[in-house]
Amino acid sequence: MHYGDLVAVDGVSFGADHGVITAVLGPNGAGKTSTIEACEGYRSPTTGSVRVLGIDPAADQRKLAEQMGVMLQEGGVYPSARVIDVATLFCSINGDRAVPDELLEQVGLTERRNATWRRLSGGEKQRLSLALALSGKPEIIFLDEATSGVDVGGRAIIRTLVRGLANDGCCVVLATHELDEAERIADRVVIFNRGKVLADGTLTEVRGTEQSIRFQVARPLNAVDLSIHLDRPVREVTSSTPENTEYVVGGASDGALIARLTAWLSEQHIESLDLRAGSARLEEVFLRLTAAKP
Amino acid sequence: MKPFVAQWRSELQVMLRNGEQLLLTLGIPLILLCFFSKVDVLPTGTKHPIDFLAPGILALAVMSSAMVALGIATGFERSYKVLKRLGATPLGRPRLVAAKTAAVVVTEVVQFAILIPVAYALGWRPHGANWLLAVGGVVVGTIAFAGVGLVLAGRLRAEINLAAQNGLYLVLLLLGGMVISFSKLPTVLRAIAHLLPSGALADVLHHALSGQSTPGGSWIVLAVWAVVAPPLAARLFRWE
Repeated sequence: MHYGDLVAVDGVSFGADHGVITAVLGPNGAGKTSTIEACEGYRSPTTGSVRVLGIDPAADQRKLAEQMGVMLQEGGVYPSARVIDVATLFCSINGDRAVPDELLEQVGLTERRNATWRRLSGGEKQRLSLALALSGKPEIIFLDEATSGVDVGGRAIIRTLVRGLANDGCCVVLATHELDEAERIADRVVIFNRGKVLADGTLTEVRGTEQSIRFQVARPLNAVDLSIHLDRPVREVTSSTPENTEYVVGGASDGALIARLTAWLSEQHIESLDLRAGSARLEEVFLRLTAAKP
Repeated sequence: MKPFVAQWRSELQVMLRNGEQLLLTLGIPLILLCFFSKVDVLPTGTKHPIDFLAPGILALAVMSSAMVALGIATGFERSYKVLKRLGATPLGRPRLVAAKTAAVVVTEVVQFAILIPVAYALGWRPHGANWLLAVGGVVVGTIAFAGVGLVLAGRLRAEINLAAQNGLYLVLLLLGGMVISFSKLPTVLRAIAHLLPSGALADVLHHALSGQSTPGGSWIVLAVWAVVAPPLAARLFRWE
């Protein structure tokens, strides 16, 4: 997909299945929104084709809309509109397949049914947006940054709902830049960067079999010394914060290695704040992929 | 039918909650009617300003609600992404345009229910008025103005649309034969004014409500705008 001279999406090809949560991941500007909007019928690809439930979204958006739910990243409701009025409107437009009050109860907004959109918190707005996307009991649903700005409780509600949708056979496509969130909920991931797909597969396939130990400390340490002591590569995670420096120890994460690590930290009087061992996290995979392919 | 009715109801709810729209659709026509019927400074071409003003203000009311209020609201709906969200539903462009036009009709019924009694209270006596013809003119005018308003709102950014709608409102008010008689305009402007939907509607209402013969030319102009503008709006409309 081209916007003038800008190539927003380049040679992208992937699929999503019923009953599966497919997370489309990537930073801002990676091309995931352009791709998702092409699937929703808002944009046409410059070259190539898009088919959703066998329908060309741009050519027949109204037909697709009868089976599709869309959750926008933000906005989409008149500021002075009441929650119950908007829910009622969308249920009516979608053929009364859902009941407004039941929808609001599903997303935990029953007590806010008479509030206007402008009075809702960021998380409440996201939950209402999700409710509107569910109002047609869709076969396929596109969720754009579904948990962005949502508090812990709200995220749990949304995750439960989304998992329930997939369990009921809905095809869920979740676009997000929050890799942690995708890791909690997705069955498959498609990683975008600079308009291209860098990885496409199940979480296990994308994360691979590589093992590591990941830990946080209150102050920076000498990674070279630690690496020599453990006889393993040690690197600082580029996303660590000044308050908590995070490191990754590569290689098999067996108990003996963990014991040597904690002993060394103790000798150096460095407090370990968090320690996890196991498969590589999605964030590590993403950072590795995007560093390898400029 | 249900999606159309639901959207129509939603349009009315939003309209009722927006004070600025009520000011535009009711406040300004009322102020103009009351003030200039008592302060005789406009070149109405009559001894009793209210006789000229009343039909003109009714035409203004139609333009205010069908073009300006509708157009501005739709423009902001685009910026709030309301239209984008509706674009992903089975509602469809034609039913959206129809629902908005139907909401305007309800607004006009309310406007007329207030403006006509006020005009009567100010001394307006529409002798020999053909109310059926006047209603017909209002219906055709509503369709025409809604089409114009949505052509702009369906393509322009919210801020530009706001400026364009307000600018067009002012131009059509001055050239539309609503508060200033056509006979007082320079020749070139008068010719242009007769081709505008505002001028055509004002002329139709002036004649219908004063018992004069039907101005065929104005009916044709109004009908052309009503036939061309709404389909053009539906065709050009962008959800975002």
